[in-house]
Amino acid sequence: MPRIFVYIAHKNGVLDDSAAELIAAAKKIDATAAPTAIVIGSGPGLQSICAEVQKLYPEVWQISNEALSYPNAELIRKVLTKIVPRGSVTLVAHDHFGIDLAPGLSIKLDAAFVPDVIAIDSLEANFLKVVRQEFGGQVSAHVNCDIASGAVITMRPGAFKTVENLSAPGTLVDKSAEVGPLTASRRYLEIIISETSDVDITKHAVLVSVGRGIQEKDNIGIAKELAEALGAAVSCSRPVVDAKWLQKSRQVGSSGKTVKPKVYLACGISGAFQHLAGIKGNPFIIAINKNSKAPIFQVADVGIVDDILEFLPELTSKVQELRGVAAK
Amino acid sequence: MEILVCVKRVPDTSENDIELNSAGNDIERDDLVYSINESDNYAVEEALQIVAKVGGTVSVVTVGAEEDEEVLRRQMAMGASHGILLTDPQFEGSDGRGIASILKGWVQKGNYDLILTGVQAEDGAAQVGGMLAAMLDYPFASLVTSIEVLANNKLKIAREIEGGNREVSEIDLPCVLSIQTGINEPRYVGMKGIRAVQSIPIPTYGASELGLTPAQVGSAAAKVTRVDYFVPALGKGARMLSGTREQNAQEVVELVAAKGGLK
Repeated sequence: MPRIFVYIAHKNGVLDDSAAELIAAAKKIDATAAPTAIVIGSGPGLQSICAEVQKLYPEVWQISNEALSYPNAELIRKVLTKIVPRGSVTLVAHDHFGIDLAPGLSIKLDAAFVPDVIAIDSLEANFLKVVRQEFGGQVSAHVNCDIASGAVITMRPGAFKTVENLSAPGTLVDKSAEVGPLTASRRYLEIIISETSDVDITKHAVLVSVGRGIQEKDNIGIAKELAEALGAAVSCSRPVVDAKWLQKSRQVGSSGKTVKPKVYLACGISGAFQHLAGIKGNPFIIAINKNSKAPIFQVADVGIVDDILEFLPELTSKVQELRGVAAK
Repeated sequence: MEILVCVKRVPDTSENDIELNSAGNDIERDDLVYSINESDNYAVEEALQIVAKVGGTVSVVTVGAEEDEEVLRRQMAMGASHGILLTDPQFEGSDGRGIASILKGWVQKGNYDLILTGVQAEDGAAQVGGMLAAMLDYPFASLVTSIEVLANNKLKIAREIEGGNREVSEIDLPCVLSIQTGINEPRYVGMKGIRAVQSIPIPTYGASELGLTPAQVGSAAAKVTRVDYFVPALGKGARMLSGTREQNAQEVVELVAAKGGLK
């Protein structure tokens, strides 16, 4: 079994959740693995990140360099290409940073590449069999990867259970001297924080969330009427924002807002993981979708196979009925 | 600016429910509606908008077979001036790295300033753009949501990161960018537009013309292979309501009220 390395993500002095998930994934590949964590950055915060990582990993490699104060995927790829021994298995989180880093890294390490893995099936000789999802999660696939000459594998955030801390902290090795000068042809300028609109969907107890099933802009009114009757807010999944039917600030998901409602009405939403990643706090999920095979029904509490354009107005009138009775 | 956009023809998930075939080892491909991969379509629109501002040409390329010509024609109807089909029996069974190697072969025959891909194919893995860039030693950025052409062979780009925030960078040309959906509003393509480009020849290139050997492409070179498709056993799964529409709506109202959602 090749040696396993893990790229540790951190930002603004905060360790990413993936650090604990990736060692769990490494143990799924090889229960006896003693993975090496690689922590890259600069400044005084790096020490405390390393100390946290040492609680999880038996060995931590630290690379401190002023050019790495912001995680620039191009520079981090150059660092990893220098220090990771050829033939190793390198694990990276499949998030916006991993998507930037990992495919190119696999080329530079001359390693196989398997992205967005959600489970490890088996390891036989040099063949690692993993599970991925395709078509927005409608089907899963077993994928075989020949890791004989190494591999770069990205793991889906949240797919692997985190592990307990080690009994004794891991050793810390400073590899900064091995890196040398770094220059980038892509240079970080700034972060633009997303603007908030009139409605803050993160503050609502009930969300009427619409997806592609709403079909056209004029139908958004159907969801708005229901939300009004319920005293809820209208949120949405990515395709609705892409089509410019609702503002970005209404989007739930890994590239939108993280919400924690009590009740989440998923209306015409298929349930891709990027969307589900934005729903926290274990709300009661009611899913309405025309497609009985939609992945949303796997995670919802209650499901209804129906056309939302027909069902939502019915639901609105039922809510108004109940409100009417209560008012009397 | 000379722009190359790499596109793929995929089963259209907004038109199809993807299901397993009866043997359970592949998706059911009969009667599937195929179309241009959604984020690739945004990439072509972005290329056309850049060229409209600063001049140049847009070419679209795909790796595939004869049936993939239709997506090239569609993108030519949108305004791309050239379509190129990279096709060879040797390409069959290529993994992501193999596809990137084939595209690299084409890029090196041309003189492109900017190469765009969609962020991810419906049946893909968000990998080919980053691999292609690394093979060419070009800078790369993924999940791009805006592009501004600067002077001195540079672009100012924004990427989508967590929480709906955007990371802004400057990047040197030539480079490879993977384009996120929503970056623009792709123009409509009608049947008339497609008919207008129907007779434009689409050149094809195979392995030898692209300087590729079997060690680089096809199933023999692939280190990563899909074994089968399956539908995972449902977890707990939702309790499905099977009443009439009115009964279901009534039950949902009661459930929402019970969960404290009707205040």
